[in-house]
Amino acid sequence: MTFTIPIDNGDAVKNAEADSQRTLYPYVTGTSIVAIKYKDGVLMASDMGGSYGSTLRYKNIERIKAIGKHSLLGASGEISDFQEILRYLDELILNDNMWDDGNSLGPKEVHNYLTRVMYNRRNKFNPLWNTLVLGGVKKGKSYLGMVSMIGVSFEDNHVATGFGNHLARPILRDEWHADLSFEDGVKLLEKCMRVLLYRDRSAINKFQIAKITEEGVTISQPYSLTTFWEFQAFHNPTAGAQGSW
Amino acid sequence: MSQSSVDFPPKGGFSFDLCKRNDMLTQKGLKAPSFLKTGTTIVGLIFQDGVILGADTRATEGPIVADKNCEKIHYMAPNIYCCGAGTAADTEAVTDMVSSQLRLHRYQTGRDSRVITALTLLKKHLFSYQGHVSAALVLGGVDISGPHLHTIYPHGSTDTLPFATMGSGSLAAMSVFEAKYKEGLTRDEGIKLVAEAICSGIFNDLGSGSNVDICVITKGHKEYLRNYMEPNPRTYISSKGYTFTKKTEVLLTKITPLSERVKVVEVAGEAMEE
Repeated sequence: MTFTIPIDNGDAVKNAEADSQRTLYPYVTGTSIVAIKYKDGVLMASDMGGSYGSTLRYKNIERIKAIGKHSLLGASGEISDFQEILRYLDELILNDNMWDDGNSLGPKEVHNYLTRVMYNRRNKFNPLWNTLVLGGVKKGKSYLGMVSMIGVSFEDNHVATGFGNHLARPILRDEWHADLSFEDGVKLLEKCMRVLLYRDRSAINKFQIAKITEEGVTISQPYSLTTFWEFQAFHNPTAGAQGSW
Repeated sequence: MSQSSVDFPPKGGFSFDLCKRNDMLTQKGLKAPSFLKTGTTIVGLIFQDGVILGADTRATEGPIVADKNCEKIHYMAPNIYCCGAGTAADTEAVTDMVSSQLRLHRYQTGRDSRVITALTLLKKHLFSYQGHVSAALVLGGVDISGPHLHTIYPHGSTDTLPFATMGSGSLAAMSVFEAKYKEGLTRDEGIKLVAEAICSGIFNDLGSGSNVDICVITKGHKEYLRNYMEPNPRTYISSKGYTFTKKTEVLLTKITPLSERVKVVEVAGEAMEE
């Protein structure tokens, strides 16, 4: 006796046709984002590269965007999903403005909205392949949080995504302290970005640092960091070990 | 009836006979036993007078800490030490083996061992096992041609570097090195930087933990600082100590001082290097 189970298009997990509609792997990806809270608000840094697998395809992608009046969103992972999220947030902010009631969505609210979106997509086995960093200031209180593609969300004084988890987080845990000045905060972020530049293969030497305070959002122009390659030992590394490398 | 095949003497090396049987068992659903891995942070750096090696002291068996205070800095020669990450048995066996080969070589040549000799012996052995001997090593020492620091990967490739990290905590330690290393460090600066890198691994990597071991090698002199730093002490120790439950009846107490039964003789001269 054979059992036949009727295929119904709602069963997205098993149906082959619906399969092509789910996100299975990312294609164009951005690497890490590093962000910290400082005295006046939040600082966020990212590089401007978009990799297509192992090729560095795009070198001018802005992975940090302002959301409404009070928040900054940085994303690592699939760039097209990031653009989709920006459209969702655009609609959200627009609808909020249409109420015209003097209230505006703060970073906490936006973070909550993003958490719900990411988690619900994950439940349908069709995730938005991003790790998002949400920072902002409202009524003098700074806020910094993170949501991953499976819906894990939390807030902290300093966050890092992607390779930054392994390379930047130890530095931040050691050297972050409350009430950093703007210069110290930028120096700390640049320290992390430099290590990422040396050790992450998908990082490029073209960065943007974004700042958000009570006054508003400033995203810097792209710039590059100085790197040091002049260690004596690198000039002739195998002088003492002929034949190896 | 005599066999037509010639009797070959048994060949040395690894016997792959059981691999097919193991494969068959895993296909049938048997879970292979996990190895005792050292899930580690090991580092080395070159400073102005020589080499400093550092390691954490946690050995893991899957999610469990099997040894809270193991030794990962292995002796190779009086002037050469080697840190090992990966499968504990492999690192121990391969460093022991090359250490004894170096000693025999020293007797034959009458000279101090060179770091490049240890490097070549290790990489030849590891390459011939095609990565199955899971030992990732940081080899450092000072010989007649100066201080040397090398990393050796399980498949047999090597790198010669001014500063190096290996193991699961290597990224945490490398971020400290990339941010803070400079050339011409003094001995104290070097030790401080190595301790910082190992601590970064201990606190940010789950596979590393417990204490920091450090080994400083300079021309003609070495210092093995076992448990140089202990940043994870037992926080709460009962001040009362251990007492037997009240219901235990003590029948007899007899204390025999061992010095009456046994003669302890101090051996002058070279104790075992390890």
